[in-house]
Amino acid sequence: MTARIGVVLFPGSNCEHDAVEAVEKLGGQAEILWHGDRSASGVDAIILPGGFAHGDYLRPGAIARFSPIMTAVEAFARDGGPVVGICNGFQVLTEAHLLPGALQKNRGLTFLCQTVEIEVASDQSVLTSGISPGTRLRVPINHFEGNYTCDQRTLDELVGEGRVVLRYVDNPNGSVGDIAGISNPAGNVVGLMPHPERAVDPLLGSEDGAVLLRALLSVAEAVVVPADAGTTTANS
Amino acid sequence: MTRFEALVEVTLRPGIADPQGATIEKALAALGFDRISNVRAGKAFRLHVEAANEDEARKRVADLCQRFLTNPVIEDAAISLEPAAPADR
Repeated sequence: MTARIGVVLFPGSNCEHDAVEAVEKLGGQAEILWHGDRSASGVDAIILPGGFAHGDYLRPGAIARFSPIMTAVEAFARDGGPVVGICNGFQVLTEAHLLPGALQKNRGLTFLCQTVEIEVASDQSVLTSGISPGTRLRVPINHFEGNYTCDQRTLDELVGEGRVVLRYVDNPNGSVGDIAGISNPAGNVVGLMPHPERAVDPLLGSEDGAVLLRALLSVAEAVVVPADAGTTTANS
Repeated sequence: MTRFEALVEVTLRPGIADPQGATIEKALAALGFDRISNVRAGKAFRLHVEAANEDEARKRVADLCQRFLTNPVIEDAAISLEPAAPADR
């Protein structure tokens, strides 16, 4: 069955159509989920796209975390549904405590917009399932606050449990442990700073992002999420 | 109920790189400001909070800092409280 991917639109998101376009190009079915809705019911996976949700006021992701849809996203994630946060979406996931750590300003205080090389560090996630660790991919980054940080204990856990999903080959932003992407313990929630949705066509300079998104689509097709997952009631 | 004015200063926790503060500090020398060090950049919020007493007000603001105004992974908050000026009530 064709995987249905929900792409959350926050006020200030700006990569939602890139994500929809990429999913559809790869054979999935994509739909926009409005941040003010309380339900994500019916989708097989959720993407939190890049951009500047709620203007990035206070901190990137700090206000988006309180958008009504996030209660549904949290419920969906808890039920094992695949959730991928890209760039600003990664920041939202850390602020929502669905992933540990935080993303601070890049080392060198520079906004980075370039294609970088990343290496798959674990295949135990919905975004890297079936991709051999060590595989190198060229994917663009586009961020000011992408410098991943966490305390030593969290870092030890992430490394020890194989939850560092993607690493930079040549660290562009100062991220601890060269981390470009991490997952939760179950591997169904992934956050990454690089933009795979912007690397799905030779015209975009690289097709390597498709490798990651195809993995997500296959997982989404296979995963059976309870029909009411991501549905919240007024009381919850 | 008393209305308090709170000043919340948010700074990066010790050990967290503060490239903004470091860049400002580096620029100081070029402007002729010497003997200035330990520059830390942050942000400040002023808000009013109504509470029975100062302890309760401080507790509520601390909770607000923990859950929203700071990201405890990288930021600390310093809270100062005083009764709001009568004109502001």
